[in-house]
Amino acid sequence: MTTSALITMLIAWSIIGTLVVRFFIKILTIKSEQ
Amino acid sequence: MTASKENWGSRVGLVLAMAGNAVGLGNFLRFPAQAVQNGGGAFIIPYLVSFVLMGIPLLWIEWAIGRHGGKFGHHSTPGMIARLGKSHLWKYVGIFGIFTNLTVAAYYCYIESWTLGYVWHSLMQTFEGMGAPQVAAFFHTYLGNDRNTLLNVSPQALFFFGVTFFLNLWILSRGLSKGVEMAAKIGMPLLIIFGVFLAVRALTLEAGDSGAQFDALAGLNFLWEPQFDSLSNPKVWLAAAGQIFFTLSVGMGSIHCYAAYLRENDDIALNGASAGFMNEFVEVVLGGSIIIPIGVAYLGLDWIQANVGFSMGFQTMPTLFQNWGPFLATIAGLAWFGLLFFAGITSSLAMGQPVMAFLQDEFGVSRQRSTNIFGAVLLLLVLPCIFLYGHGAFDEFDFWSGTFSLVVFALFEAVAFSWVFGIDKGWAEINRGADLKVPHFFKYVIKYVTPFFLLAVFLGSLVSPAGGDWGGAFSSLFAGNGWPFDSGSVIGKLFFIGVDDTRWFIDGEPSSVFIIAMTRTLLVAVFIGVGIAIHYAFKKRTQE
Repeated sequence: MTTSALITMLIAWSIIGTLVVRFFIKILTIKSEQ
Repeated sequence: MTASKENWGSRVGLVLAMAGNAVGLGNFLRFPAQAVQNGGGAFIIPYLVSFVLMGIPLLWIEWAIGRHGGKFGHHSTPGMIARLGKSHLWKYVGIFGIFTNLTVAAYYCYIESWTLGYVWHSLMQTFEGMGAPQVAAFFHTYLGNDRNTLLNVSPQALFFFGVTFFLNLWILSRGLSKGVEMAAKIGMPLLIIFGVFLAVRALTLEAGDSGAQFDALAGLNFLWEPQFDSLSNPKVWLAAAGQIFFTLSVGMGSIHCYAAYLRENDDIALNGASAGFMNEFVEVVLGGSIIIPIGVAYLGLDWIQANVGFSMGFQTMPTLFQNWGPFLATIAGLAWFGLLFFAGITSSLAMGQPVMAFLQDEFGVSRQRSTNIFGAVLLLLVLPCIFLYGHGAFDEFDFWSGTFSLVVFALFEAVAFSWVFGIDKGWAEINRGADLKVPHFFKYVIKYVTPFFLLAVFLGSLVSPAGGDWGGAFSSLFAGNGWPFDSGSVIGKLFFIGVDDTRWFIDGEPSSVFIIAMTRTLLVAVFIGVGIAIHYAFKKRTQE
């Protein structure tokens, strides 16, 4: 893969992946606090 | 009117059900095709921008309209949209939320049944020893449209449709938490496990490994190489925005329905964002890492660019799996068609629920009876899709219900929410009970940017020029040669542009044009029928 393709892909994957994980952790954390 | 006592069993169940509503066959079959057909990396940036400026705002709009409507006992769009404005006509905008779900469910359930059939054939190792032409031909044998007859279907296609149909009805009859939510809690995790397995296998394919001619990463490279000049190409923007529409299942009325079962102060900001981003994870990370890399590894980028499409999922993938030996090919087939089945069924359930909710809320019908009515109407509507598949009926359902009506409804609801209900009230609705701080700039995006985006998508689909050549189309217009409508534009389809022979009967046999005209008549009849049902439901409400 070219460097620019790899960087673009990793940026998109990490933003999406990080947000999904953070959102679900938040949902589960709030759930267990209730 | 029966007040619905249904509730979601758990927050995780709700988010998985909402994600399941969004995650569908399009994540794995349509996204890769759209991305490749629009230049790969040229598509990704408009796609992601459309997600932020149109997708996420629309999700929040629909969750908000849904939860707000649920407060008043409305779990379907006619009542919900009526609550946004003073005019009694607003409830008729809600026709779309019933019409689209009914008519899309019809043909969608049929496609879903193919995936079940192919799970069976994968387990039975039907494709072992078959070459590429035989696997491709098998698709038509399975459907029964390899014969040149007017009505064509095979017994096995009917059998698997029957199983899928009754499974959908059975799950819907069990209600929200014991049916829809349970299906999502089982289906979504399995879908992700199957998807991760296939993505890992796909991305580790190298040239020379298991018969691969090229490195699978060449496919990923094509998909992600950024091409900034695409940002000035309207065709790519239209395709990207259209895909965001499709993939998030916005503009249908199903998100509104699921959100209506929330309590008044339950969060929608975090829930909505979670479901949306989960859909993007499945689409961009998993969906973008299976069919393109595997296809490129075995067939090359040029072949993929020329041939990628929906049918690749059924007509090409089984052949490619055979390169991995009988055991792994069986597992791969089970995983691929299994994940497509889970993606499909969680979406079709989301289409049934709003229709049933409308019957329960507005006519006091019981859950079982509403399931039966939904099933009966679905069966009637699916008949042309099954028996007249090769003659255009299916494509008409897909275009008018599954593509055009989504955009029209989303445009109406975005304007109703931001401008009629009012952005201040709408913004307060989104933020009430929020477990996520929604960035303030989204208030202006929801009011100004999202409706503008939707208007552009609507106008674009209405008049899209031949070959997507907007520059050439404007030149032609200003030169006095008229606008060259594409045959796939709304105007093009309405007036059969590009069709030479528009006779209804040719040599005494009904033509495709006749079948298309009759299908359109059926769709219009369903639309009007839903409008009449809404009229009587609300008349009843006023009298009580």
